[in-house]
Amino acid sequence: MQLVANCPTGPIENRWDKYRFDLKLVNPANKRKYTILVVGSGLAGASAAATFGELGYNVRCFCYQDSPRRAHSIAAQGGINAAKNYQNDGDSVYRLFYDTVKGGDFRARESNVYRLAQISVAIIDQCVAQGVPFAREYGGLLANRSFGGAQVSRTFYARGQTGQQLLIGAYQALERQIGAGKVAMFPRTEMLDVVVANGVARGIVVRDLVSGKVDVQLGDAVVLATGGYGNAFYLSTNAKGCNVTAIWRAYKRGAGFGNPCFTQIHPTCIPVSGDHQSKLTLMSESLRNDGRVWVPVKPGDARHPGQIPDAERDYYLERRYPAFGNLVPRDVASRAAKAVCDEGRGVGPGGRGVYLDFADAIKRLGEDAIREKYGNLFEMYERITDENGYQRPMRIYPAVHYAMGGLWVDYNLQTTIPGLFCLGEANFSDHGANRLGASALMQGLADGYFIVPYTIGQYLATSKLEKLDPAHADCRRTRDEAEARLRKLLAVNGKRTVDSFHKELGKTLWENCGMARNEKGLKSALARIPQLRDEFWKDVRVLGSGEDLNQSLEKAGRVADFLEFGELLCLDALERRESCGGHFREEFSTPEGEAARDDQNFCHAAVWEHQGPATKPIRHVEPLTFDYVHPSQRSYK
Amino acid sequence: MSGTMNLTLTVWRQKNAQDSGRFVTYPASGISPDMSFLEMLDIVNEGLIAKGEEPIAFDHDCREGICGTCGVVINGLPHGPMSATTTCQLHMRKFRDGDTITIEPWRAQAFPVVRDLIVDRSAFDRIIAAGGYIGVSTGSAPDGNALPIAKQNSELAMDAAACIGCAACVAACPNASAMLFVSAKVSHLGLLPQGQPERKQRVLRMVSRMDAEGFGKCTNTLECEAACPKEISVEFIARMNRDYLYASVADRPESKKANVAG
Ligand SMILES: Cc1cc2nc3c(=O)[nH]c(=O)nc-3n(C[C@H](O)[C@H](O)[C@H](O)COP(=O)(O)OP(=O)(O)OC[C@H]3O[C@@H](n4cnc5c(N)ncnc54)[C@H](O)[C@@H]3O)c2cc1C
Ligand code: FES
Repeated sequence: MQLVANCPTGPIENRWDKYRFDLKLVNPANKRKYTILVVGSGLAGASAAATFGELGYNVRCFCYQDSPRRAHSIAAQGGINAAKNYQNDGDSVYRLFYDTVKGGDFRARESNVYRLAQISVAIIDQCVAQGVPFAREYGGLLANRSFGGAQVSRTFYARGQTGQQLLIGAYQALERQIGAGKVAMFPRTEMLDVVVANGVARGIVVRDLVSGKVDVQLGDAVVLATGGYGNAFYLSTNAKGCNVTAIWRAYKRGAGFGNPCFTQIHPTCIPVSGDHQSKLTLMSESLRNDGRVWVPVKPGDARHPGQIPDAERDYYLERRYPAFGNLVPRDVASRAAKAVCDEGRGVGPGGRGVYLDFADAIKRLGEDAIREKYGNLFEMYERITDENGYQRPMRIYPAVHYAMGGLWVDYNLQTTIPGLFCLGEANFSDHGANRLGASALMQGLADGYFIVPYTIGQYLATSKLEKLDPAHADCRRTRDEAEARLRKLLAVNGKRTVDSFHKELGKTLWENCGMARNEKGLKSALARIPQLRDEFWKDVRVLGSGEDLNQSLEKAGRVADFLEFGELLCLDALERRESCGGHFREEFSTPEGEAARDDQNFCHAAVWEHQGPATKPIRHVEPLTFDYVHPSQRSYK
Repeated sequence: MSGTMNLTLTVWRQKNAQDSGRFVTYPASGISPDMSFLEMLDIVNEGLIAKGEEPIAFDHDCREGICGTCGVVINGLPHGPMSATTTCQLHMRKFRDGDTITIEPWRAQAFPVVRDLIVDRSAFDRIIAAGGYIGVSTGSAPDGNALPIAKQNSELAMDAAACIGCAACVAACPNASAMLFVSAKVSHLGLLPQGQPERKQRVLRMVSRMDAEGFGKCTNTLECEAACPKEISVEFIARMNRDYLYASVADRPESKKANVAG
């Protein structure tokens, strides 16, 4: 596998401009001769599909939900970053670039991150023009808030629904192209495989989730924008349908998989309430601006929080990190919560929770002020827990949230398979080992509106693509394999439900490859996962048929892929013998228990190449160099 | 966190669009008050699978009240008894031990049943495709702050934009009218200066598409507002009616010379 990143050189501020100028263009009259397949209609997919349509390409766009508007981007609450410097507080493209490289713990490419920061500015303009109702000041201009990991106020937001509003903007642009006949939309359609013919991605195998029909869709390029794989852990803040299937299938057809072990665990989620728990709900990180995090000093202290006097409370973030206090980055806050719960000082059912206490803020600002800022979050908390966050501290615990890893892509967002592009959370991203808040929305839209529309032109203009017949051997074989797999799932007819396997996999990953990882745990997970996979294929029970809507069958296919992917996740975590960002290896920590990065040996992206079912995949590396932001130890003390 | 509950469910089962469908009764036992409504259905489904019966199909995704995928009629009420709450955010503590719960799909001519509790809401997408957007192609936008927008207007636009497209409004309406959904989009874009150039054609096209999809007429029963999990106000319907009237009277034929390539 050749990893050619295609990053431009020269002064960083000019790289993208110069590169863009050098890209080959497709003549406007020729664009309609090309068909682009876009899988996914989240921020990345919808923005790309709409923009391709506007440019004149023929587009086919696929999503598994009943409408493109429901992609999981809709759930993002907090906001989107952009280096507008509207607040005149010293922000700049360079500072956003700097914060992102540092926040990512020096595991992302400088060229990509700089481009992202540059484009951030145009994204806001585009979204405002589409009618995204961002928050405004009384003077009518755009408002900003600050977010973790930054000292400037550069986050644009729309109440607690930023993702929804941005997605509706992109969805409306997409529907406009659908109305104009440039984009054909295929909702309730799941991609099951990539068709690689003569070494080039030329199509996908899809299943119509209503009729059950499996089909091949052919085109001149394939774009995957299928979101993150956090649901490998079963419990996460992701939507129930989020999956790894599309990128996993691509990996098995030859696309390199970058940094699978870089997963982000978000510190402020509502804790698990019992075995019935089906997903976890995020509480916006902005709560940490006013809430104080604590646990009782004494292990097993079961008193009502109001009866625990101040002297018997441990405000452990303020104690351990006096400079940043409750506002330390996500990975640090998450690990600290785990540590106090491991000491038996956790609160709530199962002892897996810490308090987020607003009593001081209410005393200082009044309950109304807190309600105005966070009212919707307090309501959501009460709906789920039946507890009033104004009267007693909220209980929170970390949960799996975001995947920094994904398919490896070059500067063009092209994977190692020519003609296969990957955008948004699905690619191994510009966030390195840790993503800063409000940067995923930015990246998804940058990829879709402003990067891939250019770089795909270069690919199409310089490739000789012959017309492919659906009867071509590669098409037929890929489709037959997908169908055979569905039949096999239905034929097992064992005793255990799909969910029971998924829960067990999730627990194994959470315990051994979650917030803190070590060699012993990872090895035990690596031993257990293949056994579980075997049990799955011998004992899973999927009822019904493949010829109509069958949600168990859909789930079974996704879980089967998670059962393979989980192993790669642990393998990558085992081989990365350092701690960085969201990847914390207990063996590699400072005497104070903080993450110890190893730039000598691990200043690279790890990219895995599939070798068939029975052989260990090969670990390749893409070395990273830092010409502008020099690696330093992150310190929040 | 009191003990668990035993409930009886009466659930609409329908194999596909052709099937005529029927209610089937299932026990739901050992239900914790801390479960969400959908988690309760998960438990029932696990039990059905164990018995070799096909699970109840229902739509859902985010399970946090924002994607608009979920939605069933619970004891006659779309999204159930709790106001401003989607089905996925409804928790079982709102029910009592021994309750019987009737669960049905959205019922509307424009939303054919796909299976069990799942309906086809693609009519909503087609209404948006007909004109529910601002026609601005990527790259052509001016600076975000070039156009100040009065905070009141932008907040009101945001109130309308909060719609999650779940279609509970249609399910609640005795006429299965889609006026709340359509008026929320018309108002969101019409309240903003960016939305003015296409304002008239937008409302005309969206309403015409809405009628073509087979939604009923609005007779002001206000059931839609009561069922809406995002509390979208019926005032937007009045706003749209004004826009529609104005557009119908004021709409002039489009220039015949426009769009002629040079
Ligand atoms: C609760 C929550 C809050 C967040 N808050 C923020 C925030 O405040 N700021 C921020 O920047 N980021 C936030 N994030 C992260 C951010 O929302 C996501 O990373 C981002 O939206 C992902 O966008 P995407 O387009 O890559 O993927 P998605 O929006 O997940 O879209 C994936 C698309 O792919 C389709 N798809 C997937 N698999 C298949 C398949 N096999 N076949 C066919 N189609 C398929 C889906 O149907 C969907 O259309 C948050 C995430 C969560 C979970
Ligand atoms: S599942 Fe998303 S709103 Fe209920």
